[in-house]
Amino acid sequence: MKYIDPHIHMVSRTTDDYARMAQADCIALTEPAFWAGFDRSSPQGFFDYFRQLTETEPRRAAAYGIRHYCWLCINPKEAEDVGFAREVIALIPEFLQRDNVLGIGEIGLNKNSRNELVILEEQIALAAEHGQMILVHTPHLEDKRKGTKLIMDAIQANGAIEPGRVLIDHVEEHTVEMVLDRGFWAGMTLYPDSKCTPQRAVDIIETYGSERLWINSAGDWGPSDPLAVPKAQVEMLRRGHSRADVSRISLDNPLQFLRQSPRFDVDV
Amino acid sequence: MPRRADSCPLPYRQAVDLYFMEHRAKLLDVAAFLDRLGRTVERPAQDDFRVAALREAIALLGDGKGEYARRILDLFSDPGTEPIATAGEKGASGAYPGPTA
Ligand SMILES: [Zn+2]
Repeated sequence: MKYIDPHIHMVSRTTDDYARMAQADCIALTEPAFWAGFDRSSPQGFFDYFRQLTETEPRRAAAYGIRHYCWLCINPKEAEDVGFAREVIALIPEFLQRDNVLGIGEIGLNKNSRNELVILEEQIALAAEHGQMILVHTPHLEDKRKGTKLIMDAIQANGAIEPGRVLIDHVEEHTVEMVLDRGFWAGMTLYPDSKCTPQRAVDIIETYGSERLWINSAGDWGPSDPLAVPKAQVEMLRRGHSRADVSRISLDNPLQFLRQSPRFDVDV
Repeated sequence: MPRRADSCPLPYRQAVDLYFMEHRAKLLDVAAFLDRLGRTVERPAQDDFRVAALREAIALLGDGKGEYARRILDLFSDPGTEPIATAGEKGASGAYPGPTA
């Protein structure tokens, strides 16, 4: 069944993964800027990374008939050094003009520190100033619930960001309801160890409905699965959900959210 | 937001047939993990905060009140509302160590 993986880090994946995703009927993906598993030694490292996201990966994806889009930012794990982070933020506006850039992301918090919050607020302001959509990373494990609240408060405090143009990712059973209640979109990440399994993601869909909700693999350099979205599709089908419901969560919803950017012109 | 009842199309018996073996195995993994900790050397007098949280979560599963996944995640969460002064380590431990740890 056709699907979109709206959050996956293809810079960390092999070309074989592109091939397998194409075989599983992935038609498009979006790749947020994130932490590479190590801290970059200079802002120029991000300049090259943004080139990789806007030049190299779209070409790799196109070789398998997959449309590639991206989101740009400095991620919260490298935001503790505020001076460094501001130098990276200064690089972003010139890249916002590029064809496959959908907005600012994945911004958010990691350890919920004051400096992370300062850089988050400045990137929310950057999105507001340039009329960009936002993709949000919420913290891991014990830091998630508190961080999710702090992030939503910061976005709403800005005042110029419409919640329907923001997707708050990596929600779980204890955060999904507050995200949807405040009018944001919510993303569920299907990871083998942390975050959601395909079974739990389908449980959440059954509990809260599928409005303003999507699923993604967030495949990266750690334990993760680039075929997690088709696995969740199978999980829905084996429980007896209709193909229309499966398509809604894995294709129609990402299309509805992402088409708010005029750049996203994926033909289904 | 209203939570939905009867939203899983599987009949009860079929759901048990489909998932029981998988979750039986996962439960035995938890049991064997706790047994393994009992055989380790240099055991502290008190449980590590993560193991203590795990034991509390297991007890919660028997209270009949439902919403187990959400309540266990809440149990593992930092209860605070304010940002911390500085980010030390990048990683998270999976349970809340308390304000002084
Ligand atoms: Zn990510």
